[in-house]
Amino acid sequence: MSANLINMLMEATWQTIYMVLVSTILGAIGGLPIGTFLACSQKGELLSSPWLNKVLGVIVNATRSVPFIILVVAIIPFTRLVAGTSIGTTAAIVPLTIAAVPFIARLVENAIRDVDSGLIEAARSMGATPMQIIRKVLIPEAMPGIVLGLTLAVVSLLGYSAMVGAVGGEGLGDLGIRYGYQRFMPEVMGLVVLILIVLVQVVQTVGEWIARRVDKRAPSNRGA
Amino acid sequence: MKTESSTGAAITFDKVGKSFPKKGGGQVTALEDISLSVEPGTITGIIGRSGAGKSTLLRMVNGLEKPTSGKVIVGGRDVGDAKGQALRDIRREVGMIFQHFNLLSSRTVFENVALPLEISGTPSGEIKKRVDDLVARVGLQELSARYPAELSGGQKQRVGIARALATQPKVLLSDEATSALDPETTQTVLELLSDINRDLGLTILLITHEMAVVRDIASHVAVIEDGHIVEDGATYDIFTEPKHPTTQSFLSSVTGVTLPHFIARKLQDTPPAGPAREVLRITFVGDNATDPLLARMSSELGLQVNILAGAVEEIGPRPFGNLLISVEADRAAEARAYLESHEQRTEVLGYVS
Repeated sequence: MSANLINMLMEATWQTIYMVLVSTILGAIGGLPIGTFLACSQKGELLSSPWLNKVLGVIVNATRSVPFIILVVAIIPFTRLVAGTSIGTTAAIVPLTIAAVPFIARLVENAIRDVDSGLIEAARSMGATPMQIIRKVLIPEAMPGIVLGLTLAVVSLLGYSAMVGAVGGEGLGDLGIRYGYQRFMPEVMGLVVLILIVLVQVVQTVGEWIARRVDKRAPSNRGA
Repeated sequence: MKTESSTGAAITFDKVGKSFPKKGGGQVTALEDISLSVEPGTITGIIGRSGAGKSTLLRMVNGLEKPTSGKVIVGGRDVGDAKGQALRDIRREVGMIFQHFNLLSSRTVFENVALPLEISGTPSGEIKKRVDDLVARVGLQELSARYPAELSGGQKQRVGIARALATQPKVLLSDEATSALDPETTQTVLELLSDINRDLGLTILLITHEMAVVRDIASHVAVIEDGHIVEDGATYDIFTEPKHPTTQSFLSSVTGVTLPHFIARKLQDTPPAGPAREVLRITFVGDNATDPLLARMSSELGLQVNILAGAVEEIGPRPFGNLLISVEADRAAEARAYLESHEQRTEVLGYVS
């Protein structure tokens, strides 16, 4: 295998990591508050605003129902507006983030809904404000679930990132298509798949390890 | 603790009602016309079966539930009307403990107890000092850095109690706090609550479905059924002279004084022909509760007394006894007169041949 190919693989790996990392961070910044709001704003809940909850729910569902490859091309004007260009790896972060936000929001919502409602009642009985309940009770208690959700989001985004070649985004997926498929270099395809497998394994392992560390619900985790 | 709301009461329920909208229209009435006042520094028990409305009643004291009619006054303030910051201020003066403890799994014992102080904006130096005191008071110094998952049920409830006391409330609400605990642990938690009541002068309002809990720590009790208070008063009076059938059935589960089956089966309402015996329940109260009264009656009247079941209970510092006996039916009136002249209460349960 040529040194050139190894360089390409390393660069593509880095580009993939870069795209996924940045879009996960941005997705979490957007998804965390939206998911929290969705989990707390149904009728009679802490931030009760059923109307806004429904509207937001519809938007989240709509975004999630667009296939990613369609989303990438459909929002090209928006991407140009935000990133200054509509092609390239950095530009690809825009559609990835837009896909990540509603996905992470739903995962965060589920994690928060799993928190025992008795804890909310206890916090209310202490005279906590809704914001205090969210900050001091719901998010810390939901943290193991949120971490696992983010892990799932990273793995999904690794998959999505393979499609951004459509708008000139680079990375492992793009390399696999252009060299492995179009130039018929099966060894490149094989390596790309191998690297993706390793990346997913690493992400999953690290994610689960962090989730275990923040999870104090089982006695066996003492000092973990 | 009677219907008229005395001004010094810690908690006053004034003709409180609560109804919920029912699915598909209409209303469900959970509570109706509840009037009760809880004197400062007392431990008051509300006893009722599940679904009787006791949980709703308790939650009105800190505004987790709002009355749909009437008023709930805590420390002179109307909880039902309070909103926003005013309501949160009231809640900081009312601690609450729960059946399932409701501790944060992500926080250590120390951090759980600190939570209400963080919420009220207490400076961290003071939090440290106060939490250390509280954790020591409930006997968990050694476990301060542990997480709830590592504690036993009794220890978790101690954390719950320490947490409820953190903001130095005047009132403590207990929502079936011992129902998830085994009998021994229940005793230690009840003792802790008694100690707190005595040492801090805290008013405790507790709900339970166990008469034993009421007997062990409550000075006053209200019996609730189908959203109504059917009987209330000093625990001693309720135990020695229960009037309502619900109260009596709760009591039979705790005093354990019931007729043996072979006698209960033969019991008749009227004296049968031939030699018969009358079955009596005697309630020994007050200072005579520990006197050998039956022995004396037996020798003074020359009566044969047959003891069928009995127990001596203690409510607070005062003992009371409950005995089931049988005496010859034709001389039973004499026996009852003797006992009543010694200020004991008798009740004819029936006759056996």
